[in-house]
Amino acid sequence: MAESDNIVVETAEKIFADLADPQTINNDKKNSWQAPLWQALSEAGLPLAWVPDDLGGSGASLADGFALLNAAGRFAVAVPLAETMLAGWLLAQAKIASPDGEMTVLPASPKDRITIDADGSLSGRARGVPFAKAAKHFAVLAHGKDGVSIALVDAGKARIESGLNLGYDHSDTVTLDKVQPVTIKVAPDGVDQTNLMLMGGVARSLQIAGALESMLDISVRYSNERVAFEKKISKFQAVQHNLARLAGESAAALAAATSAADAIANATSFNDEVYLEAASAKIRCAEAAEKGGGIAHQVHGAIGFTIEHILHRYSLRALAWRDDFGSESHWAVELGKLVASRGADELWPLVASR
Amino acid sequence: MTAALRFDPIRLPEKCEQLRKEVRAFLAEEIAAGTFDPHKPNREDTDAPEFSRRVGAKGWLGMTWPKKYGGQERSFLERYVVTEEMRVANAPTRRFFVADRQSGPVLIKYAPEHIKMDILPRICRGEICFAIGMSEPNSGSDLFAAKTRATKTDGGYLINGTKIWTSSAHIADYMIAIFRTSPPTKENRRHGLTQFLVKMKQPGIKVNPIGQITGQYEFNEVVFTDFFVPEDHVLGEVDGAWKQATSELAYERSGPERFLETYYVLTELVRAVGPNPDTRSAEGIGRLVAQLHTMRRMSVSVAGMLQAGKEPVVEASIVKDIGTVWEQQLPHRVRDLAAFVEETATNRETLERQLDFAIKTAPKLTIQGGTTEVLRGIIARGLGLR
Ligand SMILES: Cc1cc2nc3c(=O)[nH]c(=O)nc-3n(C[C@H](O)[C@H](O)[C@H](O)COP(=O)(O)OP(=O)(O)OC[C@H]3O[C@@H](n4cnc5c(N)ncnc54)[C@H](O)[C@@H]3O)c2cc1C
Repeated sequence: MAESDNIVVETAEKIFADLADPQTINNDKKNSWQAPLWQALSEAGLPLAWVPDDLGGSGASLADGFALLNAAGRFAVAVPLAETMLAGWLLAQAKIASPDGEMTVLPASPKDRITIDADGSLSGRARGVPFAKAAKHFAVLAHGKDGVSIALVDAGKARIESGLNLGYDHSDTVTLDKVQPVTIKVAPDGVDQTNLMLMGGVARSLQIAGALESMLDISVRYSNERVAFEKKISKFQAVQHNLARLAGESAAALAAATSAADAIANATSFNDEVYLEAASAKIRCAEAAEKGGGIAHQVHGAIGFTIEHILHRYSLRALAWRDDFGSESHWAVELGKLVASRGADELWPLVASR
Repeated sequence: MTAALRFDPIRLPEKCEQLRKEVRAFLAEEIAAGTFDPHKPNREDTDAPEFSRRVGAKGWLGMTWPKKYGGQERSFLERYVVTEEMRVANAPTRRFFVADRQSGPVLIKYAPEHIKMDILPRICRGEICFAIGMSEPNSGSDLFAAKTRATKTDGGYLINGTKIWTSSAHIADYMIAIFRTSPPTKENRRHGLTQFLVKMKQPGIKVNPIGQITGQYEFNEVVFTDFFVPEDHVLGEVDGAWKQATSELAYERSGPERFLETYYVLTELVRAVGPNPDTRSAEGIGRLVAQLHTMRRMSVSVAGMLQAGKEPVVEASIVKDIGTVWEQQLPHRVRDLAAFVEETATNRETLERQLDFAIKTAPKLTIQGGTTEVLRGIIARGLGLR
C-alpha cells in the first residue's frame, strides 16, 4: 500500500491537502470547510469507493478503499467518509444501490440490535452511531425471522439524539420505531453483525494508524524546533526514547491495520484467520492510540493541550475511534474465547497461518 | 519520514507452508524419539550435537547461502519458517543457532575464500558451534570502549584480554570477535577495532562459565593470554570493524527469536484455562494474542525486506524493542491471568513450572542483543533526532 502507486489514495491526499489541512480546519470555528471538502470527495467518487459502478459507486477495490481510510486518518478527516464507505459496502452486499449524500451504518456497536417486524418495518436502538446527525441515509443491518437483512433507511424517519465523541465528532443514538425502509433485502451468506463490526473495526484501525503516523510526524518536528535548557528538546535522551516508543506504537498500529486490511481484501470469507487479523488490529491499534497519544502530548508540553494546536485533532479522534464497532475490550474477550475454544495446541498454527 | 517505517503485509509464499509441514513433522519425530521435551523450555543450556547434525542433514542450516558453501540458496522467508517452528517447539538450537543466523553471513562477507570453503559447509552440516565475542567487562553497550588487544606479530596477531557474557563459548568451536588493533582517533572513537575469526579449544584461551539466575550456564568469561591468530583470520578491514559489526545486527534483531522466547507460557495458560474461559481470562488472552500476532506480522515484514535486499536497521530495532519488551512482560501477564484458574490435580503443574522458568528468564530479554535503551537510540537516529 505504498502511497505513490495508488491513484485513489493520491486523489484523496490531494483533496485532503487542499481542503482538509488540519491547521486551517482547526482555526475555522464555523466549520465552513466541511461542505467544500465533502463536495470534492463526492465529485472524486471517494465516499462510494466500495460501491460497484452498477450500484452507483466508483468500484474501487477493497484494498484501495482501505488505503484511502489510512490516508484519511493521517489528516484526521472529520466528515463521514469512512461511514459512507462502510454504508455503501454494506448495501452493495445485498445489491442495493447507494443514494447520493452522506450515510452512516447501524448498528455501530456489537451490543445493539435492530429487528424486523412482521410488517417489514424496522425497530431498535443503535448507540454511538458516528455522524448519524449528518447522514441523509442509513445502511442498516437488521435481524428478522428469515435471518439477517440489509436495509436502506431514510435518516429523516429515525429519532436521533445528538451526542459527541471524545474528538467532538457526532456520535449519536438512533432509534428506529417501526420505520419502513426504502429498500430491504436478505443479506447474502457470510454477512452478519459480527462481520460488519469486524469490517468497521478494521476501517477504524486504519484511521487510528494514520492518526498515529501524523502524531509521530508532528511530534518529531516539534522536538526539533522547541528549545529548552539551551538545546533542542530532541537532543535529550529521555525525549528521544519517548519518540522511539511512539514510533514503535505507530509502526505496530500500521502493521496490524494494514495486515488486517490485506487479509480482508484477499479473503473469500470471514474465517478464523481473518477474525484473528481484524480483531487483533482493533485491539492493537486501540492500545497504540492510548500509549502513542500519551507520548505525543508529553513531547508537546502545554502547547499540545490547547484547542488552538492541531495535536488534539489526532489524539482525541484516535481515542474516540477505539469505541466504534466494538471496543478493544470487547474484541479481546471475543478473540480470547475463540482461541480458548480452539485449544492450546491450535494457537500457534492459527498465528502462523497469517 | 514516517514513510520509512512502513511494515508491508508480506505473506509467506506457498512453498514456505510446505516447508513448515516438513519442519513440524521432523520435530514431532524428534520429540517422539525423546530428543527434547517441548514442555521443558530449557533449550538454553541443552547442547544437542546429534540433533544439530540431523537439522543440517535436512538442509535447514545456511539455507540462504550459496550452494558452493553447502547452502541451499533458499529465501529468508523459508529460513524464517524453520526458525519460528524450532522456537515454538522449544527445540535445542543452541549449538547451531548463532552460526546460522550471524557468523556464517559474516564469513560469507568478509572471510578469505579458503576459510569459507573450509568452515561454511561444516556449519551447514550442523557440525560446529559459534560464539560472538563483542562484550568486555567494561564495554557492553559501549562497544567502542573494547580494550582486548590484538598485537601484530610474525604471520598474525597475539591476543590479550577478556571477553565476557559470551554465549556458548564453553561449547563453541569458533568465535567471531572484535579486538583492538589501534587506539581510537580524536576524530573517530570507533576507529581501531578489527574483526577476527578465532579457533577455540586451543592453548591461550581459557573459558570460565558464569552461572545465571535461571540456574543455567549459558554465557562465559573468555580470557586470552598471548593467543595467536593467523593473518588470514582477519575478517574485513583492519581497524574498521565498527562498520561491519553494526550491519550484522539487523539479522540478529528482528527474527522470531526476538518475541518467542517465553511464548510457551501463553500456550500453557490457554491449556490451563480450558475451552470456556471467564471474561477476565478471555480478555487477557485476547490482548496477548493480538500483541503476538502484530509482532509476528512486523517480524515477517522485516524478513521480507531482508529478502528484497534492503537494510531495515530501524525497522529491525523496532521489532527487537517491542518484541523483547513483550516477551519480558508475557510471563508476568500470564501469572496475573492464571491467578484465578481453578486448581485441579494436574492442570497447573506444567504452567507453574514454565512460569517459574520464564519469570527467571525474563530479565535478560531486554539486555541480550543490545539493550532497549541502545535500540531506542538507534530508532531515534532513524527519526532524525541525533
Ligand atoms: C543472556 C545474555 C547473553 C549474552 N550473550 C552475548 C554474547 O554472546 N556475546 C557478547 O558479546 N555479548 C553478549 N551479551 C552481552 C550483551 O550484549 C550486553 O550485556 C549488553 O550489550 C549490555 O552491556 P552491559 O551488560 O555491559 O551493560 P551496560 O552497557 O553497562 O549497561 C547498563 C545499563 O546502562 C544502560 N546504558 C548504557 N549506555 C547507555 C547509553 N548510552 N544511553 C542510555 N543507556 C545506556 C544500558 O541500556 C543498561 O540499561 C549477552 C548478554 C546476556 C544477558
